[in-house]
Amino acid sequence: MVPLVLEAFAKIVFMFLLIMGFVPLLIWAERKGSAFIQDRTGPNRAAVLGIRLAGLVHPIADVLKLVFKEDVVPAQRHRFLYAFAPMLVMIVAMSTYAVIPFGDYLEVGGRRIPLVVADLKVGMLYILAIASLGTYGVALGGWASNSKYTFLGAMRSTASMISYEITMALSLLGLFMIFGTLQITQIVAGQGELIWGWLPRWGIVVQPVGFLLFIAAVYAETNRTPFDMTERDSEIVAGYHTEYSSLKFALFFMAEYAHMVVAAALIAALFFGGYQIPWLPRPMLEAHAGMLLTGSLAAGGCLSLVVAWLYFRRARRERGWYNDSREREPGFLGAVAALVGLGLLGSLTLAPWSVGAAGASIFVTVAQTGCFIAKVAFFAWLFIWVRWTVPSFRYDQVMRLGWQIMLPVGLLNLAATAVWLVIAHR
Amino acid sequence: MPYKGLPEVVTTRRRSFWESVYFVEVCKGLAVTGRHLLRNLLRTGEMPTVQYPEQRRDYGPRFRGRHRLLKREDGSPRCVACMMCSTVCPADCIEIVAAEHADPAIEKYPASFTIDLLRCVYCGLCEEACPCDAIRMDTGIYEIAADNRQAFVVDKDFLLHNDKDGTL
Repeated sequence: MVPLVLEAFAKIVFMFLLIMGFVPLLIWAERKGSAFIQDRTGPNRAAVLGIRLAGLVHPIADVLKLVFKEDVVPAQRHRFLYAFAPMLVMIVAMSTYAVIPFGDYLEVGGRRIPLVVADLKVGMLYILAIASLGTYGVALGGWASNSKYTFLGAMRSTASMISYEITMALSLLGLFMIFGTLQITQIVAGQGELIWGWLPRWGIVVQPVGFLLFIAAVYAETNRTPFDMTERDSEIVAGYHTEYSSLKFALFFMAEYAHMVVAAALIAALFFGGYQIPWLPRPMLEAHAGMLLTGSLAAGGCLSLVVAWLYFRRARRERGWYNDSREREPGFLGAVAALVGLGLLGSLTLAPWSVGAAGASIFVTVAQTGCFIAKVAFFAWLFIWVRWTVPSFRYDQVMRLGWQIMLPVGLLNLAATAVWLVIAHR
Repeated sequence: MPYKGLPEVVTTRRRSFWESVYFVEVCKGLAVTGRHLLRNLLRTGEMPTVQYPEQRRDYGPRFRGRHRLLKREDGSPRCVACMMCSTVCPADCIEIVAAEHADPAIEKYPASFTIDLLRCVYCGLCEEACPCDAIRMDTGIYEIAADNRQAFVVDKDFLLHNDKDGTL
């Protein structure tokens, strides 16, 4: 019993750190990415001892600022709901993660630990249920602030939630029919197979229309552009969080990014094979663990050395630019990269090619979790990329798209999937 | 009655099928922004951003910055307190108190000459109006900052010894 609790606790901590680690990274990516897309430099001033990390210090400054800011609250608010709404948003963002697997299993001392916090049999229904709870935080926050703008934001959020929930469910139903299970771990495991021996059986391959519907619905659920009508600056100030400040606003802000990470993880798990590395199933990974480990260590080491060389070159080129502590940065980062590279290359002397069964299991887990994180990072980046590319829909366009286009397309997709399944299994 | 030369009905182009599917167009847009992103990632140095406090843009010689009062050879102000500049000033920010000069050839001199820099709109009419070329805006100083309003009301001594350190 105790090891089970410990296991669950360790997995929860891992997931929590994963999301909370992604949040500042995404805020940074949003700023820096939007800047580069618009031919700007973006944040590059905040520094700790001259180390700026291309603006990565800015989220720390942000948090410090928000912590020390005055908490301005509207006088006519609903006291309990006003304080509760940001918490609810964050809780919802966090709890979706319980059913998303980040690896298949880890063997430690003869025990098989499934790498998912809660392997629910109704995982897909759980995701839909929690996703619809997300609107409560927004709607309550907007209502409890007792302001017209927040109220409008809350109304819009509810409207888009109702409209796009159906599409989301319909797109997931297609997956359910193909894989025959609601359990997320089973769906991800099923995506490890190959069709015709070369095409990974990912959700996007078996349900391309479903994927497009799902990604649009998920963008609507996370209130991101082009469906950002709950907080559109040009129309309703800041939407549902207009009246929030200080740490309560910080919670809303972080929850938005946590939602993005969760949505990205959902897309990765349901439509892009989750932790599955394409063409490298678990048995093959285990059989060639030594070779793959050696190869990745060597490649990682060489890459780090190249990065270190680039940094050192930059340090030489930028000498005399600032005449202050910032000039130390490229040299410092280059030294770190060089140390990492030498460490990785030095670990080759420990003979990683003759790794044992336990080591192979750990290697497989690390590789698969790394693959999952890479996919999540890409789809989280896609949220940002789309936001700085696509103009938003008008409110009526959002509604028309949801009810008149995506709902019928979803139903047609479902019917087509059913017909195809009947024909294929006759 | 519609205006001449304008079409009476604004027609919008019909969207083609692939445009109305939307996802294709989104992907094209992503390619455009992605190109910008990659170019700026790979060639950070070529970005047009000026890293302001360290690097500064050069302004033309006609740039109107903070004012200065010019001096005669003996160090006294060239100004003869004719009130042309304070009269022409659209922001009414120049205040001159005239006094009689000891030299009968000069008639008047400014006992006090203050400019409220917060009111000034930097139009340059004062230097145009000045008959003695006594006030100019050629210091090139544009970083004008202080922590109280009084500090922006600068007097004759300040304007006579205006230098480029940028502080008030």
